[in-house]
Amino acid sequence: MARAVTTQHKTIATVAAWIVALLIFFPILYTIITSFKSEQEAIQGFNLIPSGTFESYAEVQAQSGYFKFFLNSVLLSVGSTILALLVAIPAAWSMAFSPTKRTKDILMWMLSTKMMPAVAVLFPIYLIFRNLGLLDSRIGLMVMLMLINLPIVVWMLYTYFREIPGEILEAARMDGASLWNEIIYVLTPMAVPGIASTMLLNIILAWNEAFWTIRLTTTDAAPLTAFISSFSSPQGLFWAKLSAASTLAIAPILIMGWFSQKQLVRGLTFGAVK
Amino acid sequence: MKLRTLTLGLLSASALAFAAHAESITIATVNNGDMVRMQKLTDDFTKANPDIQLNWVTLEENVLRERVTTDIATKGGQYDVMTIGTYEVPIWAKQSWLLPLDKLGDDYDAKDIIPAIAGGLSVDGKLYAAPFYGESSFVMYRKDLMEKAGLKMPDAPTWDFIKQAADKMTDRASGVNGVCLRGKAGWGENMAFLTAMSNSFGARWFDENWKPQFDQPEWKKTLQFYVDLMKADGPEGASSNGFNENLALFQQGKCGMWIDATVAASFVSDPKNSTVADKVGYALAPDNGLGKRGNWLWAWSLAIPAGTQKADAAEKFVSWATSKHYAELVASKEGWANVPPGTRSSLYANPEYQKAAPFAKMTLDSINAADPTHPTVKPVPYVGVQFVAIPEFQGLGTTVGQLFSAALAGQSSVDDALKQAQDAATAAMTEGGYIK
Repeated sequence: MARAVTTQHKTIATVAAWIVALLIFFPILYTIITSFKSEQEAIQGFNLIPSGTFESYAEVQAQSGYFKFFLNSVLLSVGSTILALLVAIPAAWSMAFSPTKRTKDILMWMLSTKMMPAVAVLFPIYLIFRNLGLLDSRIGLMVMLMLINLPIVVWMLYTYFREIPGEILEAARMDGASLWNEIIYVLTPMAVPGIASTMLLNIILAWNEAFWTIRLTTTDAAPLTAFISSFSSPQGLFWAKLSAASTLAIAPILIMGWFSQKQLVRGLTFGAVK
Repeated sequence: MKLRTLTLGLLSASALAFAAHAESITIATVNNGDMVRMQKLTDDFTKANPDIQLNWVTLEENVLRERVTTDIATKGGQYDVMTIGTYEVPIWAKQSWLLPLDKLGDDYDAKDIIPAIAGGLSVDGKLYAAPFYGESSFVMYRKDLMEKAGLKMPDAPTWDFIKQAADKMTDRASGVNGVCLRGKAGWGENMAFLTAMSNSFGARWFDENWKPQFDQPEWKKTLQFYVDLMKADGPEGASSNGFNENLALFQQGKCGMWIDATVAASFVSDPKNSTVADKVGYALAPDNGLGKRGNWLWAWSLAIPAGTQKADAAEKFVSWATSKHYAELVASKEGWANVPPGTRSSLYANPEYQKAAPFAKMTLDSINAADPTHPTVKPVPYVGVQFVAIPEFQGLGTTVGQLFSAALAGQSSVDDALKQAQDAATAAMTEGGYIK
């Protein structure tokens, strides 16, 4: 009897999980479906079966070079992630292993900056970028993406580092390891799964960031978000083309996410049950 | 070997020197058919001007507006040429954000620009933006359905005729709506249509002292007529329909009439995308016999921000893109029907264009019927037919647009929407220092 109830619960949980997953994935699926429709079909209303035309992809490719934008997306997301880790690993280390009375407050303050609407600081940031000559530069945007994702990266790494027994680091210190040796040769290898999942998440966040990447770039540093936004038209049908551009833009990150999903889930739930 | 190295070195150095000499200008634009076509045809410009390289930035209309405003206000210098509309030009020119276009070349023939359009892009007699394409609005209607209804569309219909025709053409069982009009909220969406419509009802946004006028009977008549007409004869969910949604409905044969931008004529008459291409007739926007029609005036134009370091190269490009030569180039490559409309009188005098575009005369008549400097029956302190050319209008127009869209959706009454619009406009005008 108990087994039957357990099986029933499992089935309900599985069905519920599928429904939730489908609901979350549906907008992406519908975007992909729409990209294979003609412009007329795309605006005609809800329809799950496209005519299977590739005309939108051909037009998108003919209209603007995808690869320049793609390359910028790769450089910006990977570059900003490396920068973020360089800053966040020492920060999270100090907070995890040498906490002070104010550590929690600092962490909360860092996170609270994420709650501020980005548009509120658009003008000051734009002026700083202009004065430093960083508008439309990859370096400038990498720093910007690093800064906006830094709170999350520090928080995640802090959570992982807290799971590592401080005694191990103490032992390393007893053996004469310097501060850098301790971080590089003892802490980092032990936290590789955590660092890897933080990296993956940060790459996804940086890849999808659309406010600053559109507003601080024009041509040289423009990533795929700018590529997508260029297909919206004030006068003329554009939904199929926009969907094709979106599909091309999300495909790389979707594939990366698919292959690294175990790592991502493991990283995100690490420490959650303890 | 040494000689070869030396030659290669010299060649590379000269190539580098040329590249360093070549000036690149960045052009910000929106994604519509005419703009995309221009990007494809720029070889003609770069061949004649090998020392100028063109970089394009295409953005969604609202993002473009926001980005260009940020850049121009902070003198960011990211753009050398920007695509802006008749709303921005007078405001930005007064702020000295734009350079006057006085070096467009001897053969540019600025006098050929349609006077109504040139007027909307000039301040104190100086042209601050060159029109790339211009538009007004008019009635597009199904000739077959009109005939079936036993009516004949006059060249200059009244609103009462539109209502009568819409009632007769509506056949919900066959999926035909008598009339399709904009309902989606936004200063450039439903408010473009409703502001132009209100002009023909004798309404105005503000009186001579900037006092909001939504509490006046003319606005009540306008909004009540619009809501009643759409409820009786409009499509379902009209409050989310903008230009593109109505275009799709008309092309699918679901609208008897559609009052919108003249530029739509080339879409609805294109047999590749429109199922009713051979059945479309055109008429002037309706009126109420008060001396003003419900049509607007808009021109996507190329302007040069005051912060650019490359003004000469930018002006050369603007001159090329808005010249008679460019119209001929488009005609030779893609046919006369694809030439950007609504900017030059000479285009409308061209028999080949008249043949290729049956809507040409009505487009020109509509443009000429709009007067941005005297848009309303009663006097107003502002410029603009379907907008009020003050910086506060973008925000206020969208707020009022949301209220009117809600009235169309049945979420509020016409009276409530007008009262809230009056309150919002009074608050915005007080905050802006226009009234106390």
